[in-house]
Amino acid sequence: MLNSKVMSAFAALALLTACGSSTTDTAATGAGAAAGTSAGPRPGSQEDLVANVGDRVFFDTDQASVRADQRSVLERQAGWLSRYPQVTVQVEGHADERGTREYNLALGQRRANAARDVLVASGAAGARISTISYGKDRPAALGSTEEAWAQNRRAVTVVR
Amino acid sequence: MTWKDEAAIRRLSRRAALFGGAALGLPLIGGLPAFAQGGPSSVVDITKARTDPIPIAVPNFAGNSGEAQRVGQNIAGVVLNNLRNSGLFRPVDRAAYIQTAEAAAQTPRFQDWRVIGAQALTTGRAELSGDRLRVEFRLWDVLPEAQIQGTAFTAPAANWRRIAHLISDVIYERLLGEKGYFDTRVVYVAETGPRDRRTRRLAIMDQDGENQRYLTDGSAAALTPRFHPNAQQIAFMSYARGEPRVYLFNLDSGRQEVLGTFAGMTLSPRFSPDGRSVVLSSTRGNDANIYVVDLGSRRERQLTSGGGLDVSPCFSPDGSQIVFNSDRGGDQQIYVMDAGGGGIRRISFGRGRYATPVWSPRGDLIAFTRISGGQFAIGVMRPDGSGERILSEGWGMEGPTFAPNGRVMMYFRETPARDARGGGYSARLSSIDIAGFNERQIVTPTDASDPAWSPLLA
Repeated sequence: MLNSKVMSAFAALALLTACGSSTTDTAATGAGAAAGTSAGPRPGSQEDLVANVGDRVFFDTDQASVRADQRSVLERQAGWLSRYPQVTVQVEGHADERGTREYNLALGQRRANAARDVLVASGAAGARISTISYGKDRPAALGSTEEAWAQNRRAVTVVR
Repeated sequence: MTWKDEAAIRRLSRRAALFGGAALGLPLIGGLPAFAQGGPSSVVDITKARTDPIPIAVPNFAGNSGEAQRVGQNIAGVVLNNLRNSGLFRPVDRAAYIQTAEAAAQTPRFQDWRVIGAQALTTGRAELSGDRLRVEFRLWDVLPEAQIQGTAFTAPAANWRRIAHLISDVIYERLLGEKGYFDTRVVYVAETGPRDRRTRRLAIMDQDGENQRYLTDGSAAALTPRFHPNAQQIAFMSYARGEPRVYLFNLDSGRQEVLGTFAGMTLSPRFSPDGRSVVLSSTRGNDANIYVVDLGSRRERQLTSGGGLDVSPCFSPDGSQIVFNSDRGGDQQIYVMDAGGGGIRRISFGRGRYATPVWSPRGDLIAFTRISGGQFAIGVMRPDGSGERILSEGWGMEGPTFAPNGRVMMYFRETPARDARGGGYSARLSSIDIAGFNERQIVTPTDASDPAWSPLLA
């Protein structure tokens, strides 16, 4: 299901823990953990991307340029994509709730494109990367706070 | 309801055009005697910021049988509700009525209505023969004791609500001097489920919230529906096939088709006033540009280019201009251009960002969403940007749509989440008079967003 794909890293971890799944040990060590331990997520999967690379980058309010502090996530994603040449991904662009629906759809698309452009500049093949915007209509964080908005201004790379 | 029912409704509205023509101010040959001619006698100036509502009595309509009496009661109830909700009429308390509805339907005893403060009175009679419903209705001016209007409507009995709305429009027009908006529908997005996984379906209802129906099944998110000027077609955005695109939805057949051959996302569609084309926005690279698609030839023509995110275009009612929303100048503002794409000029200069411009059917105003200091607002300005007025302010309100007479707007309004799990979040429709009073929530079965008002159906 798509919704499980777009689930934030935090929520995914919480869910795995709650389920008591046998695969939680490696996943629970979080982003940046070394791949290749015995019980880790399937290599090249969304779970692998989330746990070992990071699936999303965040944007400033009303901005669609990839922040310097977010660029390394996309560079790691490009490297990860080069390890799994059969994988295609879709970059989903999102906005926070403090805008109108139509403008935020366009803004989300611009963010998805910006993230894709960095992936391509970092060596990923553009043909493997599609983009889509959900505007403000699929928030990752459900609150109406600065913290929630910051989590929702994002581009998420989703394995297809 | 099924698609067959939808087709039946459409067929009715074409027939309604026939009897509607006989209704509006024209004497009905062979129908009711002695129609008062001449202009409305109690016209109130409603261009003022606020008027005193007209006190009106709407006793139950009489009937030629027990069942017809019930229909007559229902019709009077719908009429009463319409008039009250407009904010421009004040129904007199029915407990104060002296003359019975049955007697008034024969001959009004005007002093009985005058003494309880009614300036206008409606009386009526419903006659059922088989499935046919005939409703006679009269509108009276109580002070001069004169009939203002007498009209008869005939329709299948199941369509009694439409007759009630048509009667409401006659009353509105005769007493206020401009067309009403009661015989209309609203298409909107019905939202269900948790906020991060919402199901968004197109839904349609009468303007008073009755006759709720879903148009799409929710398998793909549907957003931003807008009516064709003939009210039979809807343009909207759908995530069907995994690609957000503008679609056309035919209310007669229930069929959907994608509009255009754009490579990127298409969004924010609106029909031209002549119904022959759709103006929309399509994303490409870093930009979103405005295009017009001819519905006959399906030819696409680009109207803006390279200026940032140009979205939410809307034609002026004469078709000569297009208002739209763009961040070409740095942040979101409202711009107007010629319908061919030239002569772009910014019209919004107030504090904050401006979005979702819609042109009033009267042509004299542009409604908008303003976002300023973390607050949202719905307002209106003249097409040259002057005379800005904020009608309502609050969290998450956007997307105004005009009733066909330009007098009332609907929009949607979100309630912010009060906790990190999204508790307390809701989205609801509201309406407001363009003078800024009579703000009311429209009751819908589910959360609701993106309302679009139909033209008059008859």
